[in-house]
Amino acid sequence: MIFSKKKTADVLEETSIINKETEGLSQGQIVRRRFFRHKGAMISIVFLSAIIVFVYSSLKTKIFGINYPGWWKYTIEDLPPLELGACKDGLVGCPTLSLRPHFMGGTGISLGEHPFGQDDIGRDYFALVMRGAQRSLMVTFVIGIIGGTIGTVIGAISGFYRGIVDSVLMRFTDFIITIPTIIIGSVIGFHFGNLGVGFLAFYLGLFAWTGLSRLVRGEFLTLREREFVDAARVAGATNRRIIFKHILPNAVGIIIVSVTLLMSGAILLETALSYLGFGVVSPDVSLGSLISQYQESFTTRPWLFWYPGLFIISIALSINFIGDGLRDAFDPRQRRRITKKDRERAVRLKREAAQK
Amino acid sequence: MRRLGTLSVILFGSSFLLYNLAALSGDPLAELRTSHALNAQQQMLALTRKLQLDVPPPLRYFYWLRGLFGVFIGKFDLGQTRGSESVASAIGSAIPTTVRLVTTATITAILLGITIGIVTALRQYSKFDYSMTFVSFLLFSLPIFWVAVLLKQFMAIGFNNWLGEPSIPLQTVFVIGILLGLTIASVVGGSRTKSWKVFGGSAVVTIVLLEVLLKLNWFLQPGLGPIFYLLISVGIAFGVTQLSMGISNRVALKSSLTVAGIAFLFYFPMQKVFELQKQGLVLFGSAIITVLIAIGVALYFAKIDRAAVVRTTVLTAMLQGILMIVDQMMGTWERYMSSDAINLRPVPTVGQSNPLLEPGDYWLSTLDLYMHLVLPTIALTAISFAGYIRFSRGTMLEVLNQDYIRTARAKGLTERTVIMRHAFRNTMIPMTTIIVVDFASIIGGAIITERVFGWTGMGTLFNKAVGSFDLNLLMGVFFLTGSLALIANLVADLLYSALDPRIRVGSGK
Repeated sequence: MIFSKKKTADVLEETSIINKETEGLSQGQIVRRRFFRHKGAMISIVFLSAIIVFVYSSLKTKIFGINYPGWWKYTIEDLPPLELGACKDGLVGCPTLSLRPHFMGGTGISLGEHPFGQDDIGRDYFALVMRGAQRSLMVTFVIGIIGGTIGTVIGAISGFYRGIVDSVLMRFTDFIITIPTIIIGSVIGFHFGNLGVGFLAFYLGLFAWTGLSRLVRGEFLTLREREFVDAARVAGATNRRIIFKHILPNAVGIIIVSVTLLMSGAILLETALSYLGFGVVSPDVSLGSLISQYQESFTTRPWLFWYPGLFIISIALSINFIGDGLRDAFDPRQRRRITKKDRERAVRLKREAAQK
Repeated sequence: MRRLGTLSVILFGSSFLLYNLAALSGDPLAELRTSHALNAQQQMLALTRKLQLDVPPPLRYFYWLRGLFGVFIGKFDLGQTRGSESVASAIGSAIPTTVRLVTTATITAILLGITIGIVTALRQYSKFDYSMTFVSFLLFSLPIFWVAVLLKQFMAIGFNNWLGEPSIPLQTVFVIGILLGLTIASVVGGSRTKSWKVFGGSAVVTIVLLEVLLKLNWFLQPGLGPIFYLLISVGIAFGVTQLSMGISNRVALKSSLTVAGIAFLFYFPMQKVFELQKQGLVLFGSAIITVLIAIGVALYFAKIDRAAVVRTTVLTAMLQGILMIVDQMMGTWERYMSSDAINLRPVPTVGQSNPLLEPGDYWLSTLDLYMHLVLPTIALTAISFAGYIRFSRGTMLEVLNQDYIRTARAKGLTERTVIMRHAFRNTMIPMTTIIVVDFASIIGGAIITERVFGWTGMGTLFNKAVGSFDLNLLMGVFFLTGSLALIANLVADLLYSALDPRIRVGSGK
């Protein structure tokens, strides 16, 4: 394709619009702006925070000895009688949630007694799903934090020091990669199952950092050859200062992005483990264990299957979108699409400048 | 060589750790301890003796290792499972199933993912790009067992019901046509008038085609017939030539078209060939003959640039061969549908083959195998191809921003050459390493998929081993998958440096 004259002018104009945008801003400000502009990521971040608040405030819990009431009337231990009222075809415990307003021929927007229905022994399914979502969210964040920290540290050290340190650490990473996660899950489940989900998540985090550390290592390997690192070293900076002040800020984009990927992977990992029976043990529930418990009942009582799945998808989806937004924001080569609005704005600015 | 040494050390260490971890993870005798059977004590003793449970795990590991090293003196022994079967044979019988299950899905996922990824990169910020980004994120976030249950319910049972009376309401036909038209138009891109034309054209063609197929009752009696075969293979000839060399390259076009003609001439004789015994061998032989003919034709036409023409022609010929096999499969479809074992419900939800189907007919049983593959393959593909889309899109965008692409364009090369020769090949460099690693994990099987669809492959073995604390079985499975994964990583590193001279392998000094 040969660029026509008009096209070249277009490119120049676009470049000037982009340059205008980043004039006089620090790196952090540019990243923040780009992130706020990413619609999918902004919607997801609002949505995810809403889910977190909604899920954690719903149930009665005890934190540090203080009883927190929760706004939902049932807990997962309650056993209300099975409702027959709203159901058709002789079903038991179907969901009473209705979202069809009166004017569309529905029964109006109402929650009813059991919005997500009841399970086979009558436990309120809304409470179960809320508890499951709490557990899954916790696992996600714990794995993200632990795996992210270990992966970054190991990757950074082996990429920066290279040589023998690098080969030892990378062989150690290979070593961890070969150990299947399911084995670890089952061992932890067998020995520490009664210690709760937090423990499980902690241990899974100890094994979940391998991909991240390889990425960070690669990034450090390239960054340490760059001119600004040489300049810092000539100026007499210590290794620690170079790592923290010079290289890490340049690698932080890739780290954050892969941590979000790690987290969205973690929620699926937890559901998979619970599905195979190695994750969360009953009476505690997670979203994965709920689905696996009731997968047979899909044809008869589909709500037992739909609601936990919807929660898994929405959590994982919004984390993925946030990660995508962050990736776009941190990538210096990323060029935004120039919209009509931007062009108009540039023209207006130019005219205003000319008037002055 | 040195890296192979490190590899075996790693494998030794991790297998030692794993052995002890797994030994700690449960008590193989737990079930017997609590049982009230009279001979529980005896059974426990027998099992203890058989599995050497009285030896503490760290030492027992070396017994296992001795069996493994037996491979050098011809006494390879991975121990026995709890059911007194040798682990090696259990794994040996599980591997083919798993490979069959996962290979198809992996190949489909790679092909689809890379194609879509590259198209989205070329049409960055188009509607197609945005919608594919959304779809890939959605698929990324789906738990596979959830997808599997939905597929079983809606795809399999729904499709089977629909086949009972295959009719599509007219408005649905229109919706399908319009959706397909929209997709094609956004992929093709171009100016507004052009994309409207493309949209209208493809929508109308789809709608008419669907209606005709329905009228002919094609879904119950599918088949191509010689005329359609000829048309499609000529289409393949044009398509492959356009992608690899450009239509303007007359030599390549002529040789591909000749191959299409030859394939058409062979269409009728092949119908007889397909009825022969020992189809596996026959098909293999035909494939080789096809390739030889294609090479011959290409060499006859091409005087310069022979390698590229040969490549194009062979690819065309292979695709036409596959098309012929597909046609044969379609011919078998009606017989398959009406056989007693199937009873007009062709998409199965569980199992790996239909036991009721009488063996002997090659085409029937092959079709049966493929039908059982349909659902797991869709599930696995849907989950994994999202990753390929994201990755190939990112790499392609990166490559398109490189200086050598600008140089290639500035030289005045056609867009096709720039993309297929310069951009695509460079995109494939990082992709190969990922593909190699993914292929190694094929053997490990898909634990969850196998469980949902009731297959018995490596994943099931692994699951069983973990569930019943069967150490020898577990270690056998682990040894195979672990060493494959390590070797694949090594191969990927080496390949990477072989393909991309800018990468150095070694200590980095």
